[in-house]
Amino acid sequence: MRLGNSESRYGLISQLFHWVFAITIIALFALGTYMVDLTYYDSWYQSAPWWHKSFGAILLLLVLPRFIWKALSVRVKPLASDPPLQQKAAHAAHMLLLLLLVTVLISGYLISTADGRSIEVFAWFSLPASVTGLPDQATRAGLVHEYAALALVILAGLHGLAALKHHFINKDKTLLRMLPGKD
Amino acid sequence: MKKQLLASSLALALGFAASNVHAADYAIDTAHSSVIFKIQHLGYSWLYGSFDEFSGEFSYDNADSSASSIMVNINPNSINSNHAERDKHLKSGDFLDVSKFKEASFKSTSFEQKEDGMAVLMGDLTIRGISKSVTIDVSKIGEGKDPWGGERVGFAGETKFKLTDFDIPMNLGPASEEVTIILNVEGVKK
Repeated sequence: MRLGNSESRYGLISQLFHWVFAITIIALFALGTYMVDLTYYDSWYQSAPWWHKSFGAILLLLVLPRFIWKALSVRVKPLASDPPLQQKAAHAAHMLLLLLLVTVLISGYLISTADGRSIEVFAWFSLPASVTGLPDQATRAGLVHEYAALALVILAGLHGLAALKHHFINKDKTLLRMLPGKD
Repeated sequence: MKKQLLASSLALALGFAASNVHAADYAIDTAHSSVIFKIQHLGYSWLYGSFDEFSGEFSYDNADSSASSIMVNINPNSINSNHAERDKHLKSGDFLDVSKFKEASFKSTSFEQKEDGMAVLMGDLTIRGISKSVTIDVSKIGEGKDPWGGERVGFAGETKFKLTDFDIPMNLGPASEEVTIILNVEGVKK
């Protein structure tokens, strides 16, 4: 399997970015939803946010390399069998997914660093604060984080369903292009 | 007509006298006042925080304590425990629910002076839209002229209550059911 994209399929690097982000986002959404309702004496009360922030920080740091790789890569062409309007809609949905992803990651970062504290990443390194002390920063960033994350996961769900529809109903190569295999 | 005028001016004069027996009115100098809270963490230590935005005024008369009263408005959204993530939680529905309840306040109903500058202040504390009567133990710290031509008096007071008294839903455990509020108030005579 080739590392880079071709016009007909995604290469290994793009696929790794895609699936690592996909799995981590779903896991972080589940963990985030679970952790905000933990009671004070729950043994996960401290560790769940710690894992959530550590993984979130890693994704935040991977966003720029992912975008650079995307910008440098060959653009995978839409399938000719898809109507032009659907191609445009798919492209817009992909852009919106990336926009929501960046919004969720930055807003999450702005919650935990609102008062200048850094984010401890797996007891490995600290991600320092940058923008701090905006009015009501943690609460406002928290609101953005919550709704953008919800929108991201819903849109990602539709994205997944669309891929399955292409695979099982249209029986085309849409999904296979994002999975290991040959041209 | 004359009678009426006399009656109304008399009423005005009496009203003026009644509201102004001897008590002087003071504006709270927020730069030298604070609204602090403390609560136990797990029973192992005290966690202190404050409400940074508040305003108010009081009347004080050291000869006739019944003429003294105080009113303080507090912005719950200004809670500050020196940890932004915790403050976010404290502002949420688990605690103060500040998007719904934008004001907290204390309004006194009685003030009773004891010896040695101690006093008992009673009044209605409103948090999360719920008003409860609380008793604040007050001590007068000092009174007199300031170096800039004004007159000042200052008090410190303390009261405690259960979080559940004001329907705060978060359970912080058995050692943290009660929160203590500490008020430091300095007033400048109007």
